[in-house]
Amino acid sequence: METTSALGWIDYAIMLIYFFFVLGIGWALKKFMRSATDFLEAGRSLPAWVTGLAFISANLGALEVIGMAASGAKYGMMTVHFYWIGAIPAMLFLAIFMMPFYYGSKARSVPEYLKLRFDEKTRGFNAFAFAFMTIMASGASMHALALLAERLLGWDYTLSLVGSAAIVLVYTYLGGLSSAIYNEVLQFFLIVIGFLPLVLISLKAIGGWEGIQASLGDNMLHSWKYAASPDQNPMGVEWMGIIIGLGFVLSFGYWCTNFLVVQRAMAAGSMGAARRTPLIGALPKMFIPFLVILPGIIAAALLQGDHSFIPFKEGSETVRDFDQVIPVLLMKYLPTGVLGLGLTALMASFMSGMAGNVSAFNTVFTYDIYQSYINPGKSDKHYLSVGQITTIAGVLVSILAAFIAKQFNNIMDFLQLIFAFINAPLFATFLLGMFTRRTTGHGAFWGLLSGTFAAAIHHGLTVPAGADSLVKGGWLTGGAANALHTYPSEMAQNFWTAIFAFFIALILTLVISYLTKRNKSDTDLKGLVYSLTPRVQDDSKHWYEKPQTLAIIIGAIALILSILFW
Amino acid sequence: MGLDIKFPIGLMFAIFGVILTIQGIFTAGDTVLYVNVNLWSGLFMLIFGSLMLVFSVRKKKTTGR
Repeated sequence: METTSALGWIDYAIMLIYFFFVLGIGWALKKFMRSATDFLEAGRSLPAWVTGLAFISANLGALEVIGMAASGAKYGMMTVHFYWIGAIPAMLFLAIFMMPFYYGSKARSVPEYLKLRFDEKTRGFNAFAFAFMTIMASGASMHALALLAERLLGWDYTLSLVGSAAIVLVYTYLGGLSSAIYNEVLQFFLIVIGFLPLVLISLKAIGGWEGIQASLGDNMLHSWKYAASPDQNPMGVEWMGIIIGLGFVLSFGYWCTNFLVVQRAMAAGSMGAARRTPLIGALPKMFIPFLVILPGIIAAALLQGDHSFIPFKEGSETVRDFDQVIPVLLMKYLPTGVLGLGLTALMASFMSGMAGNVSAFNTVFTYDIYQSYINPGKSDKHYLSVGQITTIAGVLVSILAAFIAKQFNNIMDFLQLIFAFINAPLFATFLLGMFTRRTTGHGAFWGLLSGTFAAAIHHGLTVPAGADSLVKGGWLTGGAANALHTYPSEMAQNFWTAIFAFFIALILTLVISYLTKRNKSDTDLKGLVYSLTPRVQDDSKHWYEKPQTLAIIIGAIALILSILFW
Repeated sequence: MGLDIKFPIGLMFAIFGVILTIQGIFTAGDTVLYVNVNLWSGLFMLIFGSLMLVFSVRKKKTTGR
């Protein structure tokens, strides 16, 4: 792979200009930060198009751009399931059914909604787990950026890590959530425009879609055609696992309950804007595969003709390092000038992921941990200061997490596993909480905990084919040989782990709720439960602003795309 | 929040557009370096940035803020 020599002064100039604008936005917003609400909730005043693009951009971090391109190279068009069935239905559900409760209840965070709907212990469990997860995810983003800068640009790892963290720290400290959101909009446009030349040039290099078809097997170019059986497709999953595991449990668990993305919608200026946020985000979301997955598929096709195109993983002579797909394509096809733009777009994706996590961590720590358990009843100014100090602490802990990730390569795999156990049953709790008045605080808490344990136990009893370590499963049976079931792939195991966790949590929450006394009256639950809440009065001025209309249009586009690439 | 984000976005892309367009023009005959992707990307960004700036200024005129 070509290295630093490919960069010219113009590339560095583009990076510096981007840094200047990012910091400038933070500086411009500083004067508006007068209260904790301004800093931690963006004053609930932002327009829908801003929160909608931030909704997607906050999710367009390092894992997404690098990871999905790698998945594109490994699994082909099957990867689009993470964008279409694995995102769009959940985003539509969030907009139509769930935002009225999140926004209307005046909860300042998702854990706070859990407190209002259930009880303190359910909120505490969610708040502590979420705070830990976001700060580790922020550290993982920083680590990935510093590693990329070290390998690609020859920059010092520590300097890159501290430099990128400092930029994120300055603009989130100055402008709080507003600064993170406005910068996410800037970063969204930069990511799209910065990667577009790369996609077009590499597509030309392979000879267009026909060239890809000539180089790759048919099962790399379809999303559903080979989903009847796991041994027919490169992902090793079957349609049932895709629809229930990814399309329902994992997708709804992430898009409908993860505060990182829901926070963007909660920052909108009105109920209508809050409901339109996921819908506006869903439009570009459907087309992002052509920006991040397509380069991966092109790289897989180019690899057929040039076997040295993608380097092997460090210490391996057989396993390709598909995480290098985007950097390799950038260095191979872009001359100085647009190369700087492409690299800046890549940095923007890392930074939006980092800032998104830090700003969500801020809010949850200040409101759901500090104000609830450490120092309640203080003035708004006090919590504004705590929010600002938490920004600094959050970035510092993220840097520490990045160094830990560097030292112990597998620790992030292990943490990802723990996060998956915690996230899998979450949607069951929210579904029952929002749509049944009988669900109790005890039912929610113990159901959530049982679902998490069910996920861990299922993982401990099963293994994916070719498992080479206990992190992959089988740790309750002493290894792969005695596992109760062997899944055809890691992906299939993940999907079914989530399915088990969800249904265990759902059943136990219902059973325990019926065995325990209701802790909230109907009056308490007004605005929190569907049957007890008056229908939302739609404030849309035009037909195309109505959430239902937008949802139908988006659903139709997603369906057409799925048919085109079936 | 009283920030019109279209203005900084438009300005940043207009600056990128100018830089890349000039780079594209000056290196137009450089067969070693190169599709003159700098020129095309630069022009695209110049148009996109200018449009964002126009929308931003128009909003200021109509709303007065």
